Amino acid sequence: MNTGKGNMATALNTTTQAQRPNEPQKPLYLDYQATTPMDPRVLETMMPYFVEKFGNPHSRSHAYGWEAEEAVETARGQVAALINADPREIVFTSGATESNNLAIAGVARFYKDKRNHIVTLVTEHKCVLDTCRHLEQEGFEVTYLNVEPNGLVDLEKLKAAITPRTVLVSIMGANNEIGVIQPLAEIGAICRARGAFFHTDCAQAYGKIPLDVEAMKIDLMSISGHKIYGPKGVGALYVRRKPRVRLVALIHGGGQERGMRSGTLATPLCVGLGAAAELCRKEMADEAERLTRLRERFLRSVTSRLPEVFVNGDLAHRLPGNLNISFAYVEGEGLMMGIKDLCVSSGSACTSASLEPSYVLRALGVEEELAHTSLRIGFGRFTTEAEVDYAADRIVEAVQKLRSMSPLWEMAQDGIDIKSIKWAAH
Amino acid sequence: MAYSEKVVEHYEHPRNVGSLDKNDPSVGTGLVGAPACGDVMKLQIKVSADGIIEDAKFKTFGCGSAIASSSLVTEWVKGKSLDEAATIKNTEIAQHLALPPVKIHCSVLAEDAIKAAVADYRAKHDTKAAE
Repeated sequence: MNTGKGNMATALNTTTQAQRPNEPQKPLYLDYQATTPMDPRVLETMMPYFVEKFGNPHSRSHAYGWEAEEAVETARGQVAALINADPREIVFTSGATESNNLAIAGVARFYKDKRNHIVTLVTEHKCVLDTCRHLEQEGFEVTYLNVEPNGLVDLEKLKAAITPRTVLVSIMGANNEIGVIQPLAEIGAICRARGAFFHTDCAQAYGKIPLDVEAMKIDLMSISGHKIYGPKGVGALYVRRKPRVRLVALIHGGGQERGMRSGTLATPLCVGLGAAAELCRKEMADEAERLTRLRERFLRSVTSRLPEVFVNGDLAHRLPGNLNISFAYVEGEGLMMGIKDLCVSSGSACTSASLEPSYVLRALGVEEELAHTSLRIGFGRFTTEAEVDYAADRIVEAVQKLRSMSPLWEMAQDGIDIKSIKWAAH
Repeated sequence: MAYSEKVVEHYEHPRNVGSLDKNDPSVGTGLVGAPACGDVMKLQIKVSADGIIEDAKFKTFGCGSAIASSSLVTEWVKGKSLDEAATIKNTEIAQHLALPPVKIHCSVLAEDAIKAAVADYRAKHDTKAAE
């Protein structure tokens, strides 16, 4: 694990081809929904802005400032181009969590005298849900819509939830746990017709699937840098200009970012986000096709050898690189321990401090016992076919071993219905 | 979360995995936990005519700490009388495996599994249970 120095040298020398940053002896990274490694090409674009071109992009009186400003504005254009937005509609932030806070709280507080109701989904990211909870304490009303068993919102239920008092509908582009993609264009049309603003958390979707703020009638969109092979600590919020969306800032100060987000912009991080967006714009279509093929290959390999394997969430409307699978009768954390050299995450309670299994899986109606057996596996830009095959072999091996040790598997093989047993709660 | 070496060792080389015939009069079976809570342990003991546990087997659905706790207690109960086995405390299990606070419930479950197996054996031998 102490090979960071060597990696850095490799990264800096790489100019044309994206290389897998993992070295063979390192654990295999398959958790691309948690974060992504930076693309070495992105890092290279950022490097001059740390030491050499260090100017404050808001300094108007000298060349250092102009140079930094030009870099930031180029990046703003790159971030906008990927979603068919105007560069002036992009506000740089510290990441998607801040963007979600700013979009939801900012819009709600600005329009509070006219409208005080927000609609969102129970499967949203915690930073959306938690912001909504805080707004409830300020007196706003929030409707948390349930999703269908495939993870998608029912558009009729959405229509029914929107009232003349609804200021904002916040529905994510793609889910961080199960990767399901919501019907953004349909949601946008409904919101526009009803006069509610449409905010979408696209931390997972941006750069992975085609997004168009005009065609989808999106008013606000949250964007993250580190999910798209860019740096951590930077994100953006798209805020529509026509018709204009207004919001109350969360961070006050020098009035940067048209007053919506004060603070000196982190030039290298903005440049990195722009470069990452630009690479996605050029390579997204090919990458999506490749990742879909890898995912199908992995699923075939696993399901042909293991019975009672269930994919959580819709498989057709899904991020190309995402899988969330329940391996019945094998507990998720126990499984992860058996595949130590694979970096994945689990929907099991045991991996979190909460002791509750994933609220997203529960919202799909996945039973608790199956929620405990789930793994989230994320493939990405640097995942190879050989790695996918290796991961499938290791997982099959571990599941078989753990099933042979599982009293539940034994009962199932003996034809005992596990639900017929009166389990003690503890 | 980092596991202690002992947990990893038991997880990778679990002792006494398997099943005994639960209908055998000399076998006591304990099944504790719940699938919805993420851990289920089955512990079986085979008791000799003079009341000594001569064999023990387990199967566990759960995290590494749950598997290690059950593996460990199969080692500990062997050679013990039923009364001695029933005195094994979760704190000893947790301490031996260096379980972190969030995993203490695994050791509690292992203690419960021993008690349940002993109770099942005794229920099969009413006269002994009356002692």
